[in-house]
Amino acid sequence: MTGALGIYNYWIYVVLMMIGLYGVIAKPNLIKQAIALGLFQTGIFLYYISMAVVDGGTAPVWTTILDGAQKYEGPYDNPLPHVLILTAIVVSVSVLAVALALIINIKRAYGTIEYDEIEAMDQADKRADYLRGQVTDAADDVEHKQEGHHHA
Amino acid sequence: MLDAFELVPNLPVLVVTTPLIGGVLTIAMGRGKGPWAWATLITGVVFYFTVLLMQQVLAAKTGYISYELGNWPRQWGIEYRVDALNAFILLTVAGVGFVTTLYAQKSVEKEIPQDRHNFFYAVWVLAICGLLGITVTGDAFNVYVLLEISSLTVYALIAMGKDMNRQALTASLRYLILGSVGASFILLGIGYLMMVTGTLNMEDMHDRLAALPDIVHHRTVLVAFAFLLCGLGLKMALFPLHMWLPKAYTYAPSAVSALLSATATKVGIYMAFRFLFTIFGVGFSFVAMPANLVLSVAACAGILVTGVTAVRQTNLKRMLAYSSVGQLGYIVAGFSLANVHGVAGSVVHIFNHAMMKGGMFMAAGAIMYRLGRCDLRSIRGLGKRMPLTMAAFVAGGLGLVGFPLTAGFISKWYLVQGALEAPHMWPVAAVVLVGSLLAVAYTWRVVEAAYFQEPEGESALVTEAPLSMVAPMWILIGASVYFGVSATFTGEISMRAAKSLLGGAP
Repeated sequence: MTGALGIYNYWIYVVLMMIGLYGVIAKPNLIKQAIALGLFQTGIFLYYISMAVVDGGTAPVWTTILDGAQKYEGPYDNPLPHVLILTAIVVSVSVLAVALALIINIKRAYGTIEYDEIEAMDQADKRADYLRGQVTDAADDVEHKQEGHHHA
Repeated sequence: MLDAFELVPNLPVLVVTTPLIGGVLTIAMGRGKGPWAWATLITGVVFYFTVLLMQQVLAAKTGYISYELGNWPRQWGIEYRVDALNAFILLTVAGVGFVTTLYAQKSVEKEIPQDRHNFFYAVWVLAICGLLGITVTGDAFNVYVLLEISSLTVYALIAMGKDMNRQALTASLRYLILGSVGASFILLGIGYLMMVTGTLNMEDMHDRLAALPDIVHHRTVLVAFAFLLCGLGLKMALFPLHMWLPKAYTYAPSAVSALLSATATKVGIYMAFRFLFTIFGVGFSFVAMPANLVLSVAACAGILVTGVTAVRQTNLKRMLAYSSVGQLGYIVAGFSLANVHGVAGSVVHIFNHAMMKGGMFMAAGAIMYRLGRCDLRSIRGLGKRMPLTMAAFVAGGLGLVGFPLTAGFISKWYLVQGALEAPHMWPVAAVVLVGSLLAVAYTWRVVEAAYFQEPEGESALVTEAPLSMVAPMWILIGASVYFGVSATFTGEISMRAAKSLLGGAP
């Protein structure tokens, strides 16, 4: 396989990433957003692993140690990206753990995990605060007017 | 005595390992004042280390210190590399980290339940560890790992504000999602660069990129550049990618807002320095690629839009958050000029803004401590009730304006000079001046409320914040005034950093 199809891993990585990005942006459900974030990062793992491939290469393991007889001299796949992505997987799991912990706390505080409902509740809180402010403001005005009267 | 422990040669790595181990141990420090005292000790020691490191760098003949972890040569292992720029940022982060830890005690006592203090300080120290790590390392993948250490801990720190307002949770989650997308873009960019260069060491990357023929049309390099620029933009809250920042800074615990505003986005900008100047080089980033245009337009739009938004805010912390995005705009506009004065202005403003904004967030936190809120209404008449706090806020505000004899004036002096020297970049100078007027407007709203209106309700009864909050606040504000009057040290360091950045090698 050659040409654009020959590097199909890279196509899959791009598609996975875009599905993830779409989910993060478009899904109002916070759990779905977390899943989408996971997909997005998985795409990147696939990219790193694909990058490590060497034509005709095998796993970078010294076979003499395994069977004691023959030693493979051929090219090995680059192990460095594999190691890097092991770290990145740990990071991604931690991000997911923190995200889920936050979502549990959000569920406790708001009673929902739908982003638009949460947004509406925050707006309502804000309006309530504002109205409280207005009330004090109005009271202020009355006081000032009365003061004005007295002076007059 | 120091050499007996081989401290000095191992300083670059001690700056990271001390808070890493110390941070984890914080959890075991009990429920009382133990965690706070331990965190103060650790951050104090780290601050001392960064001061020593600064002396070492200034004394080094080559202008930098290279430290290979575990004695692995830099082609295979991780190299920590400290030059004038890192040393200066390290000093800023560790210094602000130490002072905000001192400040945090009372504020955290009030805002976070007692049984979570040990976890809070553990995460706090680890966040500082991540930020210092990003700054000290010379390895591109190490940057990503430490970036995630700092990001994860910062998400947790912001969410700790949930007992004051539940919006801290949504703010934190939003930052988590955007921050992770940004960090993933950075990871992808690093991957593409590794594909082309076969190395992760920043210096080697630069050398091998420079050796590529026709780099401007090398598609992999271009993709790497685009991903990195996007990811860094998200991480440093460059307008219009700043949407996560205002809510996060508003609802985070006050001490956390002070720490983050002074350090987190600054380290993002430091990463931009490393990627754009050290790895890609000025010739590629700013001459072959239109990064200067993209960055300066985004930065200038940011200064104006967030300036206007800040004027319209009534919550002090939110006002400061928007103002922070605007101030980051100055820093980005400075280095996008890609000349010595512009970059030096940018470096010096990282330091100056950390002092001023850190101090102002501390003042807002002190008001929160006394009143439980910090909107324009509740600060009416506070000029008389909390004179030291309000004076600190105003002094910081004057710095943001760029009033002579404050640190902000020095930064803007460099920036305007840089903008006038660069061809066709005079609009940047104009925007810097208009931005200053906007800073006058929002600072004035606070001055008017605090000094020209009568206190009402409980505001009439409050007293000055405790000394343990006022003193750290004035250390930062005092530093911003001191380095405004005598800018020799900060000016020389930033000029040196700027010259080495523009020269290619750090």
